[in-house]
Amino acid sequence: MNRSELISRFLIVTGILLSVGAPLFLWARTPLIHARMAEDGGWNPDIIQAEVGKPLHLKITSDDVVHGFAVGQMEMQSVDVLPGKVTDITLNFDKPGIYTFFCTRWCGLNHWRMRGTIEVSGSSSDPEPASSLLYVSLDLDLDAPHDAPVVPNGKPSATNGQLLETNLPIDLSAEYYRSHSPYQVFNELSATTLTESQRWDVVAYLWQTNTTSTSLVNGNQLYAQNCAACHGENGAGDGVFADDLAAAGESSMQTMEGAMDMVMQSPVNFTDPRRMLGASPALLQGKILRGGMGTGMPMWGSIFTEEQIWDLVAYIYSFQFEY
Amino acid sequence: MAKIELTRIPFIKNALKSRYPQLAVFIVMLIGYIFAILAGLIGTPVGSHNFSIVFVWIAWWAILILVAVPFFGRGWCAVCPIPLPGEWLQRGAVLSPPDKRPKWLNLRVPKMFRNIWLQNISFLLLALFSSVLLTTPNITGVVLATMLFAAIRLSTVFERRAFCRYLCPVGGFIGLYSQTAPIELRIKDKQVCVTCEGKPCYNGSQAGYGCPWDVFPGGLTKNTYCGLCMECIRTCPHDNIAVNLRPFSADLAKPSTRMDEAFKAFIMLGSAMIYAGILLGPWGILKDAAYNVGTDAWFTYVAAFLAIIFVALPGLFTVGILHTKNTLPLKQRFASLSTALIPLGLMFWVAFSLSFVLTNASYILTALSDPLGLGWNLFGTANATWQPMLTSMLAPAQTLALVGGLIWSARTAQKAAGEVKVSPIPVIVYCFIATCLMLWLLL
Repeated sequence: MNRSELISRFLIVTGILLSVGAPLFLWARTPLIHARMAEDGGWNPDIIQAEVGKPLHLKITSDDVVHGFAVGQMEMQSVDVLPGKVTDITLNFDKPGIYTFFCTRWCGLNHWRMRGTIEVSGSSSDPEPASSLLYVSLDLDLDAPHDAPVVPNGKPSATNGQLLETNLPIDLSAEYYRSHSPYQVFNELSATTLTESQRWDVVAYLWQTNTTSTSLVNGNQLYAQNCAACHGENGAGDGVFADDLAAAGESSMQTMEGAMDMVMQSPVNFTDPRRMLGASPALLQGKILRGGMGTGMPMWGSIFTEEQIWDLVAYIYSFQFEY
Repeated sequence: MAKIELTRIPFIKNALKSRYPQLAVFIVMLIGYIFAILAGLIGTPVGSHNFSIVFVWIAWWAILILVAVPFFGRGWCAVCPIPLPGEWLQRGAVLSPPDKRPKWLNLRVPKMFRNIWLQNISFLLLALFSSVLLTTPNITGVVLATMLFAAIRLSTVFERRAFCRYLCPVGGFIGLYSQTAPIELRIKDKQVCVTCEGKPCYNGSQAGYGCPWDVFPGGLTKNTYCGLCMECIRTCPHDNIAVNLRPFSADLAKPSTRMDEAFKAFIMLGSAMIYAGILLGPWGILKDAAYNVGTDAWFTYVAAFLAIIFVALPGLFTVGILHTKNTLPLKQRFASLSTALIPLGLMFWVAFSLSFVLTNASYILTALSDPLGLGWNLFGTANATWQPMLTSMLAPAQTLALVGGLIWSARTAQKAAGEVKVSPIPVIVYCFIATCLMLWLLL
């Protein structure tokens, strides 16, 4: 074999080995978290290990549409994850535990299923005792019907209620507000001389006194980002996914592993007074925290803090009352 | 315009005669090709950010259809990496002269396959899956790898470049349209070839290999099957091979009489029109049908695609030429007159390609810096934003291409009709209607 033939073969073999080996090597050394619509697998990997006190560097990419990334119960801005692009994120954990990360963009019908966990090991210098949740301590049955038998003709006015409340024996405390439905309060006011309409106005006032403007703003933001896709911007249960959810029905649920027995329901209409005025804040807290157990309503307990859930509850009642 | 022999220029002649410049290009192209396969298989599934999609279906396609084919004919085939590993294996060498005894089966391709029907079928196979192929990196990777391995396999069974000549889905239409290119490889003096002993340009010699494209250069009258590999320049002992600059579409003056080539013209014309409707048109239902492979809608799309290409377009053409008064058989008139569709089809593809190439060219910058979608930024262009280019020029350029194509095809129809002694009017009317339809689809 002459020299030029030998050099040619060497160059060709080297070129081929390099064109295969170099990308494979670099690819293997760049672990990415892939985001896909839940129907196509969701997050991959969906379980990530981390340690308290050690920064966790993540490289996230989307394989299909625009997704978002955020970690529940953590102070962080959600970041967009764009198709074909890599987003770098560094997270710091100061407490051990299992954290939920989730998609913050309405990426598809099963958007709310796009969740994964970060298992943070290590010891905490400041262990917090677990607090008892109100809906648990009140022993509420979250799935029992709770419709109000009587509803007002229009939106009750907190301003009118304030004028009437002065001489009434009414408890304005947060404990009372959270553990009673508007209808229960309305009913307790039946011994007074107020008309039905006036009693509803007083109820509205009670709800307003337990709602701050900050709480409503926070609740509005959380609602717009996480709830409006199904429940609608105006709470009418007519979000962009509502029709798709209804059309997909059971078949949509059957595409997901272990969800064969679920039956999809249409998203709740928060503008329906019969349903909303019969529900106490504690009941709504439980529903948000636990989720709808197979109805399509996700559980938010691992994502929202307790304070965020109360903010959301306060905002949801604003569909019923004139503050 | 007379021909200009480019091989008279010493620099060009030496560059073509030497194997080293071509080998250098081959190695670069082969590395790029293998990288494209790998990128398709392990890179991001997002097509617009994957090297395999962006560099094959945007960059390569743009160079091929807007530059290489119109100006260099089979210029792409001259540097294509697909046949190389198979050919080196077949020869048992990269540069050294071949052994006397073949290393592999070295069979002749059966006569029934020595035409471009297989290429017509392989093109259609890709065309019917094109919506998925053009957007899904791993499918592109698999198709590129399949072509490479098919070429290797055929090289170990058949003699010469059987894949390029009879199976390559791209080679078929490049050959058809290369007839319009202003570049040709031809012999200088026919008498030299007649008296040449051993015909080393076809049979090979110690100076080089016999024509890989199974063509005897002494009989070359058209570009269609000459792959511009330049092997005959190296083997001709009489320096009787020339590369010439010539007028556009010189080969079309003598119309083809082959039905496989005639149908290739219809396949390419019809595909350009269908793609313009599906990929660039506003009809979502058609896009869905083309994309959802295996569904009832896709099968309907396939049936419609094949019906347009094999029934509607040739059928209307036949009806048009049916009454042209001539004693020649209809089949011969059909094949000869369809030559007029070659420049028309080429310009349809140019107009169609301008649209999506200019729209998507900015993805090249992104994919160049981050070819696998791993977050690299090799050349600082990974975050370049998508931006359609020269949008104000697009419609005028497409109109110019289509109207130019119509005039070109009308002139070709006149020549072809003159050869078979019939009126060119029906063919010109056919081309006019097709051009109007394409204008409507694109603009």
